[in-house]
Amino acid sequence: MKKTGAQIVVDALIQEKVDILFGYPGGVVIPIFDVLYDAKKIKVILTRHEQGAAHAADGYARATGKVGVCLATSGPGATNLVTGIATAYLDSIPMVAITGQVSSPMLGTDAFQEADMVGISRPVTKHNFLVDSIETLPIIMKQAFHIARTGRPGPVLVDIPADISKGSMEGYEYPKSVSIRSYKPNVVGHIKQIEKASEAIGKAERPLIYAGGGVIISGAHKELREFAEKCSIPVTTTLMGLGGFPGTHDLFLGMPGMHGTRTANYSLQNTDLIISVGARFDDRVTGNVETFAPKAKIIHMDIDPAAISKIIKVDIPVVGDAKNILAQLNKIIKPGDYSSWLEQVMQWKKEYPLSYALSKDEIAPQAVIERLFEKSNGNAVITTEVGQNQMWTAHYYKFDKPRTLLSSGGLGTMGYGMPAAMGAALALNKPVIDIAGDGSIQMNIQELATISLNRIPVKVVILNNGYLGMVRQWQELFFDKRYSSTCLMADAECAGCEDITKCKRKYMPDFVKLAGSYNIPAFRAEHPDEVDEVLEKGLNSDGPAIMEFIVAREENVFPMVPAGQPIDNILEEK
Amino acid sequence: MTSHTISILVENHSGALSRIAGLFSSRGYNITSLNVAETEDPSVSRMTLVAEGDEDILEQIVKQLNRLIDVIKVYEFSNGSSVNRELVLLRIYFSKSNRLELVTLINMYNGKIVSANTSTIIVEISGTSSELNDFIALVRPFGIKEVVRSGKLAIAQVKSKH
Repeated sequence: MKKTGAQIVVDALIQEKVDILFGYPGGVVIPIFDVLYDAKKIKVILTRHEQGAAHAADGYARATGKVGVCLATSGPGATNLVTGIATAYLDSIPMVAITGQVSSPMLGTDAFQEADMVGISRPVTKHNFLVDSIETLPIIMKQAFHIARTGRPGPVLVDIPADISKGSMEGYEYPKSVSIRSYKPNVVGHIKQIEKASEAIGKAERPLIYAGGGVIISGAHKELREFAEKCSIPVTTTLMGLGGFPGTHDLFLGMPGMHGTRTANYSLQNTDLIISVGARFDDRVTGNVETFAPKAKIIHMDIDPAAISKIIKVDIPVVGDAKNILAQLNKIIKPGDYSSWLEQVMQWKKEYPLSYALSKDEIAPQAVIERLFEKSNGNAVITTEVGQNQMWTAHYYKFDKPRTLLSSGGLGTMGYGMPAAMGAALALNKPVIDIAGDGSIQMNIQELATISLNRIPVKVVILNNGYLGMVRQWQELFFDKRYSSTCLMADAECAGCEDITKCKRKYMPDFVKLAGSYNIPAFRAEHPDEVDEVLEKGLNSDGPAIMEFIVAREENVFPMVPAGQPIDNILEEK
Repeated sequence: MTSHTISILVENHSGALSRIAGLFSSRGYNITSLNVAETEDPSVSRMTLVAEGDEDILEQIVKQLNRLIDVIKVYEFSNGSSVNRELVLLRIYFSKSNRLELVTLINMYNGKIVSANTSTIIVEISGTSSELNDFIALVRPFGIKEVVRSGKLAIAQVKSKH
């Protein structure tokens, strides 16, 4: 069959069962958009910025486990995707990013809207392709999806020169299968290693499960729960792992690390065996590596051999898919008696719950999230931005199910939450809540138009403290309270934050008015009494809504371990 | 700091080299020498790479190399596990008085005079890297104008059959 390059791209998307594509057109991708115009099986969402398209594809992927797809033009269109691609890369999210490129003969000539995307995206993609002939386009598309979704998933970029999308080939057929000689991810865990792990668990006295995003990616949540319950081993999950083990479960200790619970951090520092499942010992978890888990042997289950012993020397590596490994382990495990350890851990859990101070006059941001948890019956799919809003969400919304918290963990991308919520809400066809700060929401605020026009049920909770709160918190704690460039209300006359109770400046923009101009219902709470009402109005309204909460300006995220410190060196509210 | 020889079989197409080089440079790891050429299978290239640095970082880099989609296989050659050769081309000054001495040295190292004029010669020598280092040190007093080294090539040692 004779097909143009653009037709091949769109046919590949249909064959890969892509139902929603997020994109933004431009010169060299007009041929592809032209074919999409008639492709009834693919819903094309025109975002207002390419970064929004990339995050939306990422949100779609995190919510469903399917490959998210975004499409942008060459040059600035493509470079605008890069933050979104890097976000997906750091969190191992399956994504295919298609970018237009200048015509092959013009490559490397500084042509109009030319950027070397294969070069730029190399360190932030699992793999990338510059299509060099139309004959290779079908197999490249097939490989791109295969690589993105298998093994440790990740984003794959396909850069397509204009002459290739406009050109045509005879005898097109989409490949039915794909085999790459140099890429054969190891899914099945080695039984010898699993036996070693099982033996170590049997012999341990104070074991601890440390689970990460890999549990969610592999869909191992049931196996993980079975394992933890069967053995009565307490569980801490990373930010990426939240929802991989029920947040309301007795054995759940909360998150470890910089903003981890005391219980999780004390448990890590005292355990004699860490059972790591799909987690990568990120520096936000380990704090000072030298002092991390000093008494522990480590079992590390991961699909990526390169993740093993990258940060911490591992005693028993098990390479494979978490679901497969845990299922095998559950069959052979003979747990020891960990009751006195469990008693100690539960004692910590009772002694050191997460807490914050309630005030009569000011809204505590943590309280907003607790109320949101109750009002949504703990069933919502939540995205976050990055900063305090993200940590408070992790602390106070109890995620019981996988794929219900979508958050940029590795890259820490402000501006992620709203477009990601957009992608997730479209994929799931149900409301998704973005918990945002007043700073991060403005980073992709243009997507309000996309949300409104397409009637995407995105509910945005803005915790407005008028600051870039997490940076301000660091400035308060470690920089002598010098709030350099963190107040979002400061104007040309402002001489700095001397006494913020006397500050009469108004926030800009007025989010309620702004939402009005996008025809999105918006509600604001300025007083603790108004929180419930605003949440109810926002959650119960049809379609998108904005709920703004004017919260205590200098509220901090606690507990906190200063960067690079031992994780039991914990700061609390003064 | 020790020297490591890594031999990488990689898909023979554009971009593969920069992916591999990128893994080293992003960790601040310097590549001492690098050789790339087609193998017996024209769709596969072999890169022979020598790098110096910390063992743990290198182990990490090897894992990351294996993770690259274009990389088919990675071999790490430790001492004695490979046959190593390097080629050097030198442009050396000489005079009537020392010409004979220079030729003797070249013969001692099984070298070949590739080209000459009245004041300089081009010499080709292959051997292990340390043999080449020795030769270069010996001829340095004559005056070396230019040294072009290929970097190390390595092939796995034949396994002895007992």
